[in-house]
Amino acid sequence: MESTAHDFKHNVSDALANPNLQDSLAMLKVGFSERRRLAAERLPEFELLRDRARDIKNHALANLDFYLEEFERKVIALGGHVHWAPTAADARRIITDLCKSVGARTVAKSKSMVAEEIALNDHLEEAGIAPIETDLGEYIIQLRKEPPSHIIAPAVHLTKDQVADTFLEHHGPLGFTKRLTERNDLVAEARYVLRQKFLDADVGLTGANFLVAETGSSMLVTNEGNADLSNTLPKMHIVLATIEKVIPTLEDAAVLLRVLARSATGQESSAYTTLNTGPKRDGDLDGPSAYHVVILDNGRSSVLGTEMQEILRCIRCGACMNHCPVYGAIGGHAYGWVYPGPIGAVLTPQLIGVEEAGNLPNASTFCGRCESVCPVRIPLPKLMRHWREREFERHLTPKAVRQGLALWSFLARRPKLYRRLTGIANRVLALFGRADGRYGTLPLAGGWTRFRDFPAPQAGGTFHAQWARHGGARTRP
Amino acid sequence: MSDDSSPRSQILNGIRRSLQRGPLSGEAKQAVEARLAAPPRGPDVARARLPQPEKVALFCQWAETNNATVARVAAGDVPGEVSNYLARNNLPARAAMAPSPLLEGYDWASQKMLSLRRGRGEGSDQVSITGAFAGIAETGTLVMASGPDHPVTLNLLPDTHVVVLREADIVGGYEDVWERLRARYGKDRMPRTVNTITGPSRTGDIEQAMELGAHGPRRMHIVVVRE
Ligand code: SF4
Repeated sequence: MESTAHDFKHNVSDALANPNLQDSLAMLKVGFSERRRLAAERLPEFELLRDRARDIKNHALANLDFYLEEFERKVIALGGHVHWAPTAADARRIITDLCKSVGARTVAKSKSMVAEEIALNDHLEEAGIAPIETDLGEYIIQLRKEPPSHIIAPAVHLTKDQVADTFLEHHGPLGFTKRLTERNDLVAEARYVLRQKFLDADVGLTGANFLVAETGSSMLVTNEGNADLSNTLPKMHIVLATIEKVIPTLEDAAVLLRVLARSATGQESSAYTTLNTGPKRDGDLDGPSAYHVVILDNGRSSVLGTEMQEILRCIRCGACMNHCPVYGAIGGHAYGWVYPGPIGAVLTPQLIGVEEAGNLPNASTFCGRCESVCPVRIPLPKLMRHWREREFERHLTPKAVRQGLALWSFLARRPKLYRRLTGIANRVLALFGRADGRYGTLPLAGGWTRFRDFPAPQAGGTFHAQWARHGGARTRP
Repeated sequence: MSDDSSPRSQILNGIRRSLQRGPLSGEAKQAVEARLAAPPRGPDVARARLPQPEKVALFCQWAETNNATVARVAAGDVPGEVSNYLARNNLPARAAMAPSPLLEGYDWASQKMLSLRRGRGEGSDQVSITGAFAGIAETGTLVMASGPDHPVTLNLLPDTHVVVLREADIVGGYEDVWERLRARYGKDRMPRTVNTITGPSRTGDIEQAMELGAHGPRRMHIVVVRE
């Protein structure tokens, strides 16, 4: 998808002024995070499992070439095919060609963030192949021509009423002319419409939560069962997965599954966890006759061995955004590309460049909640700080900020001058001061005071002055 | 070699460059091969390590928490329970059934009203009946292994899925299932599809409220067979 990450500030203003979005976000804040907390409490071993999940992913990354080759060997041995795609363009071409090879007109797609990352739908459409999103949330936003706003709940920014309007508009021509008001009726109508599309689709395309090297299996976790219909009904199943999805064994999958569902939705287990290994076997009464796995790099191999490597542990559970105060205030679209929230703030500059997405790592209060809930213990704040430093080094920070920081560092190294100037500033600010101790507007600080007040200095001088008056460091034992 | 410019080599060599090493060899390679050959288990989960009767109880408890219904019956009562369940829920006494040896031991002919079609699931089926390869006590999860005797479509297409599970096939955690799969199908030969299913299909995609029956079955009834 086309990035608008460079327009982050503008996106944020729009998000804050959108009442439907703010209603949806208010629900998000209590829902996911509370359910995750309860699920973690119900499993005494949860923290141990998180440590182990981190170690498994680290081990897989350190031996990534070996496990990918092993995975490929097993897939081929059971009659499947593996395709290697260094870039997004390679993956798009491979998938389009595979679809054409079976004369596909429609592709039943199960939600895949990697497919979003490579803008697969646009390319399929250009080739005259209709992609049909089958995850309910993804289907809703496809009808509305919107990007996903959350990696596991793509339509979380919408209210039920908005969904009802969208269905009326798009299902009306199919004979569904009544505007629905209940959630279960909306779900039932989508089920009915999509069921026929599943039965008609020529190709099923899914992502993968994990690729298991030991068995050559792709593993998919869903609640709806749409991925399973996608990999069972059409004659060809294509799996699109990035290199860091490979893990060694089924035992490792068991550990990761235990932390994934609980972190994502607070469920003990998602409804469907499916292992697919190769195409339909002799005597099978159903299943696809062809099974293809497209392994995509798209910049990940160059992250290995760098200080950003830890981001490759991510299992895309969404917990970091569910717990992020910034995401909770602005939602996912403001981040301007496929991955929102803390994971997006780290991953997006990596994948599409710091020039485009350099603003995102600044969208953090550094409260650390993301890191504290991440099932594979990715130090997200540290990685965001890393981007900020790079951005500063590369002079991508706005000039005013750079000059301000340069002035501050000049003064900070000259304590006497610093104290004299801050003393003056303190008295000047006090002149503007209001009785309630806050400023509604302040020269040079419009960016701050447009949304919130700025605290006025309290009586008694600067911190340094008060520190000295109260005896300062000398009173230490 | 021209192979070096293949997309496959580009990716694998890129990984090796980043990791600052060549292909694994010697001890490092033996270590990962050994890890694959004898997969180490993760931390023990206490609730997956219960004695068998408690495992069965835990399975039933979690399955119900996950919106399935459970009936515990003796082997002779399985067909009767299935008929009664369909009648209790005003469902048709007609079902697509897996052509599975797991199900052939029961006296289905005793249910005069029940009409069964053995084969794969079709879009028009309202009810399916299958066995299960195993049940996982830890989360109330059913494990279905695909094959000629268990078409995957039966797990997915009908509105109502009735599953017959023997108590002896209820195990503690995922790891116990992997061991059974390896023993039954061979370490290098997973069935084409292993579905692990926890309750009916669901979605939280509209306002985060769970609704059942998104794409797969809306109802799941598990008949646990006592030994
Ligand atoms: S960074 Fe961690 S919390 Fe965020 S999506 Fe990835 S695994 Fe989940």
